Amino acid sequence: MKLIEVQNLLDAQVISGMEWIGREVVTVFGADLMSDVLAFTNESTLLLTGLTNIQVIRTAEMSDLVGIVFVRGKRPGPEVIELARVKNIPLLATKHSLYESCGRLYQKGLKSCPQIGDMP
Amino acid sequence: MSDKQEIILEFKLKASCFDGAGEASSKVKRVLQQIGVGAHVIRRIAISAYEGEMNVIIHSLGGVMRAEIYSDRTEISFEDQGPGIADVKLAMQEGYSTAPDYVRQMGFGAGMGLPNMARCADKFEIQSKVGIGTKIKMIIHYI
Repeated sequence: MKLIEVQNLLDAQVISGMEWIGREVVTVFGADLMSDVLAFTNESTLLLTGLTNIQVIRTAEMSDLVGIVFVRGKRPGPEVIELARVKNIPLLATKHSLYESCGRLYQKGLKSCPQIGDMP
Repeated sequence: MSDKQEIILEFKLKASCFDGAGEASSKVKRVLQQIGVGAHVIRRIAISAYEGEMNVIIHSLGGVMRAEIYSDRTEISFEDQGPGIADVKLAMQEGYSTAPDYVRQMGFGAGMGLPNMARCADKFEIQSKVGIGTKIKMIIHYI
């Protein structure tokens, strides 16, 4: 599924990185724990989170994530948005909760990341 | 690139300096991209470097991160100035953490850092002495 379809399903706004809205999303991970994001995602993962600090962008950068959707109406500060812009990481924002957002995407066929035990 | 043309990067890491956390790993990642290392391998190197960088910033009194980039592998090492880990075996267990609440609020301190570093690396060594410090060395091969 393309990121633009995710945007529509979540009634989301694009905060930055509109040029990456055509990126392909294969798996989704919903978490406020960046430690878990670093351990459980892969390079085709979209992150849904309520955390808006600079470490979210760093985590996405190191993990090659497709993009970030901030849930529950959260908005990152300007320095966070700027780092995401430099690192080519698209940022979206939705008013829906993490649960609701994950449910909407799961219903349309997006799956979660394989767990550690399933990894090669 | 032959072994003689290795690139060595060294970064000083300041305790509790969270705004700059990740900059060292980001620079290592950029160099690896420039020399054409595969994306999947870079991801493993970047994640393990970043976990280590965060660990030094969260838990230590400050330290150094060093990346040695060779034609076939990257070696990442950390050396900090304490306080050291009392029980390394326990610290290597998933979910075990001594991180304070403010670190957890930033999304870290879930007890996944060291195990994730070990999982990303082909070789992982850790030595720690209480009151002296912790040394970690990781080797990640490109193939």
